[in-house]
Amino acid sequence: MELTTFWFAVIAFLWTGYFVLEGFDFGVGLLAPALSRNEAERKQVLGTIGPVWDGNEVWLITAVGAMFAAFPAWYAGLLSEFYLPVTLVLVGLIVRGIGLEWRGKVHHSSDRAWCDLGILVGSALPAFLWGAVFADLLHDSAIAALVGGVFSLSLCVLHGAVFVALKTSGPVRARARRTAMVTSAVALPAAVVALSNIPAAGTAVADWAAAPWLWACALTAMAALAAGIALTWRGRDGWAFTATASSIALGSVALFGALWPAPLPGLTVAEAASGPYTLGMLTWIGLIALPFVLGYQAWSYWVFRKRLVAEVS
Amino acid sequence: MDALDLARWQFGVTTVYHFLFVPLTIGLGVFVAGLQTAWHRTGKEHYLRLTKFFGKLFLINFAMGVVTGIVQEFQFGMNWSDYSIFVGDVFGAPLALEALLAFFLESTFLGLWIFGWDKLPKRIHLATIWAAVIGSNLSAYFILAANAWMKHPVGYEVVDGKARMTDLWAVLTNSAALAQVPHVVGAAFVVAGGFVLAVCGYHVLRERRADPDRTTPVRRGATDMWRTPMRAALVMTAIAGVVVAGSGDMSAKLLYEQQPMKLAAAEGLRHDTAGAPFSPVPGVEVPMLLSFLSTNDPNAVVQGTEDLQARFEKEFGPGDYRPNLPVVFWSFRVMITFGMATVALSVLGLWLTRKRRRDPRPPRELPAWLARACVLALPLPTIAMISGWLLSEIGRQPWTVQGELLTAASVSPGVSLTEVAVSLAVFTALYGALALAEAVLIVRHVKTGPEPAAPRPLTPPSRDDEDSAARLQPTLMY
Repeated sequence: MELTTFWFAVIAFLWTGYFVLEGFDFGVGLLAPALSRNEAERKQVLGTIGPVWDGNEVWLITAVGAMFAAFPAWYAGLLSEFYLPVTLVLVGLIVRGIGLEWRGKVHHSSDRAWCDLGILVGSALPAFLWGAVFADLLHDSAIAALVGGVFSLSLCVLHGAVFVALKTSGPVRARARRTAMVTSAVALPAAVVALSNIPAAGTAVADWAAAPWLWACALTAMAALAAGIALTWRGRDGWAFTATASSIALGSVALFGALWPAPLPGLTVAEAASGPYTLGMLTWIGLIALPFVLGYQAWSYWVFRKRLVAEVS
Repeated sequence: MDALDLARWQFGVTTVYHFLFVPLTIGLGVFVAGLQTAWHRTGKEHYLRLTKFFGKLFLINFAMGVVTGIVQEFQFGMNWSDYSIFVGDVFGAPLALEALLAFFLESTFLGLWIFGWDKLPKRIHLATIWAAVIGSNLSAYFILAANAWMKHPVGYEVVDGKARMTDLWAVLTNSAALAQVPHVVGAAFVVAGGFVLAVCGYHVLRERRADPDRTTPVRRGATDMWRTPMRAALVMTAIAGVVVAGSGDMSAKLLYEQQPMKLAAAEGLRHDTAGAPFSPVPGVEVPMLLSFLSTNDPNAVVQGTEDLQARFEKEFGPGDYRPNLPVVFWSFRVMITFGMATVALSVLGLWLTRKRRRDPRPPRELPAWLARACVLALPLPTIAMISGWLLSEIGRQPWTVQGELLTAASVSPGVSLTEVAVSLAVFTALYGALALAEAVLIVRHVKTGPEPAAPRPLTPPSRDDEDSAARLQPTLMY
């Protein structure tokens, strides 16, 4: 595989990791008010992402940084094209991060309410807007953008609910499972519409029948989502989370598959790419560093593997 | 007023704002890690209380540094797409490396540190804070290397109107970066040192007011608690001050070769002059000092702004190649004065609180007037730091990449005035509100002080009934 293709795959991988990991962070942020009845439960819900959300967000920073280095014109075109949505994403990430970090450090419950608002709004904005931006990029239509936004928002909520069910016990877990079931009424139809439109929008092959692997990804993503819902109903939290995570990952792979080889209208990856020297150097450093990064991030999940309980004294 | 002006304002506002928090993250992180190491080695409980106290202040500030940093990485593409396309091949690499090698380390291990107090063995837990602060300092190196390339581009060639990297090692060991990294990181430690001194000064004064005669042994012990961090911060500030001064001198000599216009503007030197004098303020001149400072040769010729302008016009065509002269001139002086004042304060503090040798009397205490000065000096190193950035980046104008790309040719062509105006307004308003909130939060936590020592010290005080569930979070950090 030549370097341009490889780096497109690397960037797809980084975005996919971001969607899977921050997907449940956003869902948890959106669901925190609905899943908790008191402060102890609220801390229980937010505690599931407390140690890991910042590391998950770095997947975005790395994805965007890698785009800047490997495909400057793609990076510049995407961000200046979607100027106002990206501004709103940034506002969301700012107020969410501040809300999560400061929530436990403010003294008054009114200040804590501000933090909670920041977490809610800051999770909703990027969860909706990333779906809308990429759907608009694929289909260049406002309706598609809306569907894409609803799809990513509802998928984040579902994914987050499944994650909370996996990471908690007691009444919060029961509520999370119920919420996941309710959310699936929106998420599943939205997924069918949004995902089935991806292969047809692929710039590589206008004819859908000629893109069998895009269809394979899109259909498996739908199947994985349905499986996630069924497994949640059966109370198999770990497998349900694996299923929703796979669904997001497969959807993301389909998305980037459809963006190949022209990630922006009129711009191919070959035109957008940096020179072979830069790509080569980044490849070596990335190949050496990435196993360590994945290793210690996985270790941090392992350290915090226990289910959280709400402690009321 | 066009989109270019607003885009410049936006970059200035968001970057200066980001840098209000970054130095404290860099310096205070190491300070907290040092305190925890002291606790680990000695087992003395007050080190643990200080670790948690300064750790909390560190985290309040860290959050702001993180969220305002995200904007930085996006806005090159948003507002400066032509710049991004021109430089991405070279400039993007350190940014990608920063994320991969530094940000993952910093964020993952900080998460482990905050939530890992009772989940990790003590030694491993100590290692997590060190890993996180190594990440912070590493990120400073990469971003400063990228920034240095804009001022002194190396290791590249221009192919088809785009910069192409030819030597990554040259980019990462750029002489401008090697001078700038110790200068900025050193200054970050001065900022953090000044912050710790202000906090210690406040508590020392408060305890003396509560117990003017200092008779009760408990109070005695309490005052002693502030002596260690105060002395450590004094040492840190003084050493960092030497590093900042030395690397600043190195930077001046590099400016002479690499950015003569910035040097001339900082000195207000209009014409090429042999044995150029240095003027600390307009009207006062020290003969030959400028030539000596920039070359080690008191008789060397230093180029002036007007003569450079004529030469640049010949080389690059018509245009104004001078930066905003008064801003560059004065920011240089503010940087030196305020930075030196902080360092002088720390040296004075070290002398006045020096240890007694072979003397049974208790150690010298910080005089009240100096404690008050430490509190009042809180903003000085930050103002010096920001002035340094204004000197460095406004002094680079009208170039984004010195000699290669003009700022006017860097802006996004497709982004409208309205779009930039909206995002500028949104960020400015949001940042203003957050700055206020952060100031209030920091002041409250400083006033609350560390956890009391007795009897079971390490559970958070209950602020209201709901907080009784705080035991869920085993640490008071979150």
